[in-house]
Amino acid sequence: MPEHARDRILARLRRAPREAQPPDDAATPRAPAPGGEAAAALEAALAAMRAEVQRLPREGWAGELRERLRGRGLSSLLYARDTPWAPALEEAWAAGPERPPALVAWEGTVEDFRDRLFVADAAITRAEAAAADPGVLVLRPGPAEPRLLSLVPPVHVVLVPGERIFGTLEEALAGGGFTPPLPANLVLVSGPSKTADIELTLAFGVHGPRELLVFILE
Amino acid sequence: MGDSGFEARVEQALADAGLRRNFASAMGGFAARRLAVFPDAAALERLREQGAAARRRALARLPELLEELERALVGNGIHVHWAETAAVGNRIVLEILEAHGVRRVVKGKSMVSEEMHLNAFLARHGIDAVETDLGEFIIQLAGETPSHIIVPAVHKNRAQIARLFHEKIPGTPYTEEVAELNAVARRTLRRMFREAGAGLSGVNFAVAATGTLCLVENEGNGRMCTGVPPLHIAVMGIEKVIERLEDLPPLLRLLTGSATGQRVTTYVNLISGPRRAGDPDGPREVHVVLLDNGRSAVYADPELRATLQCIRCGCCLNHCPVYTRIGGHAYGTTYPGPIGKVLTPQLAGLERAGGLPFASTLCGACEEVCPVKIPLTRLLRRLREETVRAGAAGGAGAGALERLAWRGYGLSAQHPRLYRLLFACGRWLGGLMPPVAALERWGRAHAEPRFARLSLRRLFRKRGIPDA
Amino acid sequence: MADPSPKPARVQLFATCLVEAFFPETALAAVELIEREGVEVVFPAGQTCCGQPAYNAGHRNEARAAARRQLSALAGDLPVVVPSASCAGMMKHHYPRLFSDPAEREAAERLAHRVVEFGEFLVRGLGVRLRDAGPPLRVAWHSSCHALREMGVVLFAKALLAGLARVDVVPLARETECCGFGGIFAVKHPALSAAMAEDKLADLAATGAERLIAGDCGCLLHLQGAIEARGLPLRVQHLAEFLRERVHGG
Repeated sequence: MPEHARDRILARLRRAPREAQPPDDAATPRAPAPGGEAAAALEAALAAMRAEVQRLPREGWAGELRERLRGRGLSSLLYARDTPWAPALEEAWAAGPERPPALVAWEGTVEDFRDRLFVADAAITRAEAAAADPGVLVLRPGPAEPRLLSLVPPVHVVLVPGERIFGTLEEALAGGGFTPPLPANLVLVSGPSKTADIELTLAFGVHGPRELLVFILE
Repeated sequence: MGDSGFEARVEQALADAGLRRNFASAMGGFAARRLAVFPDAAALERLREQGAAARRRALARLPELLEELERALVGNGIHVHWAETAAVGNRIVLEILEAHGVRRVVKGKSMVSEEMHLNAFLARHGIDAVETDLGEFIIQLAGETPSHIIVPAVHKNRAQIARLFHEKIPGTPYTEEVAELNAVARRTLRRMFREAGAGLSGVNFAVAATGTLCLVENEGNGRMCTGVPPLHIAVMGIEKVIERLEDLPPLLRLLTGSATGQRVTTYVNLISGPRRAGDPDGPREVHVVLLDNGRSAVYADPELRATLQCIRCGCCLNHCPVYTRIGGHAYGTTYPGPIGKVLTPQLAGLERAGGLPFASTLCGACEEVCPVKIPLTRLLRRLREETVRAGAAGGAGAGALERLAWRGYGLSAQHPRLYRLLFACGRWLGGLMPPVAALERWGRAHAEPRFARLSLRRLFRKRGIPDA
Repeated sequence: MADPSPKPARVQLFATCLVEAFFPETALAAVELIEREGVEVVFPAGQTCCGQPAYNAGHRNEARAAARRQLSALAGDLPVVVPSASCAGMMKHHYPRLFSDPAEREAAERLAHRVVEFGEFLVRGLGVRLRDAGPPLRVAWHSSCHALREMGVVLFAKALLAGLARVDVVPLARETECCGFGGIFAVKHPALSAAMAEDKLADLAATGAERLIAGDCGCLLHLQGAIEARGLPLRVQHLAEFLRERVHGG
């Protein structure tokens, strides 16, 4: 009798009668949605999940974003400093007069930053890719962007580059550069946090963000 | 769980008009939403074929895939543990927690951990496991078990939850406002997420090719449990493995669409390792406990193996005429409903649970909706045969009188004369109800059927219908 | 499904045990409806029960013994018409699974191919056109689980009912839900079984129809027993008897 649980379990499985290998009919990829339509379909799908979707012009997007976040009652917006889009944010926030939300950079590790993270109003991240069907953003946290930015603050702002919108999740995973080894964490997000655990009544923001603001960069 | 216990709980549930109303309307709602999210029957059928094929492919190579998964997980820096039984699995989790000096863990929803009775085990060893899925949080406060595998607190109404929160969470005023109740849970659990020394979770799918754990959820508590504390421990049944990332999209569509009629859940969390060098957050250690607990025995039988295709969507519960009338608690098992009636006797043994497969009309509603095409009626029938063969006590099929009755049935079905003689007796006596307790109970709700006055043979002869 | 198969000259009737015991009129009605299309019906004397009660109760050996009897009683190559989707389903889908001996399995498969449910036979085998001579009537249709899922023959029964000019068929609220019979289930779990029957009858009452038509005597036995025990002003009837009543003028 093998000494280890692992070997005993595997030995039992190997003793079981073998079945003919079922046909590998895998990956009947769906027809890709044409580019422009993919963005519109994504917008509709996310809106159906109660995300708020807006378009931003590629040129001067950060300044425009700052304008649109005004008057939402947000006092702070967390961001990660080492991302390629951080300079644009910093520049836009430095350009105008000081007014909320204040741009606050994540610093150090979560152990250093936890207290500030848990009191922040909002955070901004980028989506690495998106899929119109079934309407998800693919977040790729990593060294440059903490995973908790998109989870802990009550408002999550996401930038989605228009050219990274795919027709289907199959295509997004295949074409989005998610080849092994995969990052420690990938998250598909389709809307704000929600639950229907009390009398099946839908409620938002039970643990994660109450609001998901999606900005598609055109 | 004796048969009489089940029957008593059934009668109790049937007598509870409120419970029946709640379950009927909740499950009816899920069924309607499922239809709305899968409007094209032909497309759904293709998707089910795809999902079933992905699961069958994985099971056909289960031992190899588990090794591949282990290699990939370890390559990703995830610690892998193997547990043959729930007791060993619990012990492994405890040892990891003790090694890290953890006294409190936050927990995401996991049916495997329910199967292991992990919370109670940890509590006995002084570790507080806090359920953070809202439904699980509610039933943990109430000291209950889930009544549904997707919506565990579906049996509770808002007044009950309001009272529970008011009584069990200090400083909580009584309110039936759902938004306010949600806010109470959020406030209470946020503190736990921040301070807990470890997070525990289940696994929906484990991708062998990439060493990835896939967790599906709507609330974000699962991401909290697996992302905030420095230690993450995932428990999963060994059947949860799939071959590759490409298998995920169809399975995700099937899982969420079948479970709650959603196109997709709010979050799909793909974990392929602990915090890596340079990462600002994420757990520093990730452990996976691969639990057998009877699954390899299920696997040994080529027919019953299909049980392991299950992706735990709960769709068979939502569509079951028995489940929707009595809810999950009446079963007295971790997994209720059709899949529970098939899985439990195999995991817990026929002696304990062999009666459960008989609690079905074999109507096939479950099989019709199963997203991975588990032949549930065939499995139910097969398990009835096993129960009868084993003469298992739990399997109400064991009584000597019953055995005799079936022997008699077999004889009469083989011998037309005897068959006709029996019916003749029925006609003479005006009824053929032997004084058997089970039939008497049937008679409480049914008038006794009246036997035909003439045999078919005579009727047909009178009308000149040939008999050969 | 477009072209009915060529009309046979003769068919065998497999009556089923419940018809034999409790609903002989169903068999007579079925025979009459087939004969009026110019097709001869024979009733093979050696037939007994199809074996389904034992099969579903986990007594496979007894089920196999019953199946063997029908294989020999129903020898030949005539279509076998069965006024019950559940017994027809047993013979069509499960008989071949009962045998490991190749010869027996082949015999079972041959019989399976000949078995046809009554409503399907009227529509596809005979292409019947029934003239409704009855008074205006409102009825509801009950899809037995085997007719609906295993045999897929509900559409034929519905087409037959739809062809009756003065019959108004109203849908049941939970039309695809089981009535709660389930053979051994009704005996082992009478409370559940009765609760399901009660809901089915409540749905029927809510339609305003006073009669429920079905193609399976199991459901009919179960629901009729529940109706009588409660003294409800409702009635259940097999499709064959109902159709015969309509062509006779009610």
